[in-house]
Amino acid sequence: MSAVDFWPPSTLEIVFLLLGLVAVGSALLVVTTRQLVHAALWLVLCFGALAGCYLVLTAEFVAWVQVLIYVGAVVVLLLFGIMLTRAPIGRSDDLDSGNRVVAAVVALATAGVLVSVVVGGFQHAYADLRPGSGSAEELGGSIFRNWVLPFEALSVLLLAALIGAIVLSRTDISGRR
Amino acid sequence: MHVVYPAVVAALLFSIGVYGVLARRNTILVLMSVELMLNAVNLNLVAFDVWLRDVLHSGQVLTLFVIVIAAAEVGIGLAIVLAVFRTRKAIELDRLRELGEP
Repeated sequence: MSAVDFWPPSTLEIVFLLLGLVAVGSALLVVTTRQLVHAALWLVLCFGALAGCYLVLTAEFVAWVQVLIYVGAVVVLLLFGIMLTRAPIGRSDDLDSGNRVVAAVVALATAGVLVSVVVGGFQHAYADLRPGSGSAEELGGSIFRNWVLPFEALSVLLLAALIGAIVLSRTDISGRR
Repeated sequence: MHVVYPAVVAALLFSIGVYGVLARRNTILVLMSVELMLNAVNLNLVAFDVWLRDVLHSGQVLTLFVIVIAAAEVGIGLAIVLAVFRTRKAIELDRLRELGEP
């Protein structure tokens, strides 16, 4: 057995790696760009590339949910937040705090530890991709057969988050006198 | 598909998110970086679900749950950011020092 048996990558893995490269590159631009609105738009590209990654990994339903919720809802919410806080729309040089160097050191250390552990631990693991195992039918059956209680708890959580957001953002609601 | 590739991509995304949380001072950019970290975890969950071929599909179902919780988190987080902006007229994290040690 060779030392690295995940190299050279197959065609599928090359597609995955290209999508992952787009995701990682746009994520880097999200955390380094000097324009607030551009950060949100790079986030769209990052989430879209990740949805492509899920598609390659045969998780189609998760990919479409990612497109709907992350690209559709979360980024729009973030853009609303940017507009409502009257953020500077053009270039602004004060988006980074003073501890950039420390943050870069911590992030590089995290990346080094995680990548070395992951490569060391999973270099022989091979996932046989089987199309259809992540379809809406399979996942729906699984959610409503085995995961009903967490699903219901999650709907209560969403309702609580909705009410909380309304209460927090309205100014004409005061406490009990 | 070797499991190394999604795991490495997820590790890189996670550390980029860590950098963003530590280095940015605008609260909305910090929220974006938190989303990046959550997405790294999602990629790991999907990859390991496909690898282990779980009968209950726990990886992908948990990914859906994490996506829903992330949506709720961003909603509440932005409401808090707007409330802070109304009272303090600033959302820069290093200017909100009232609760810190002097």
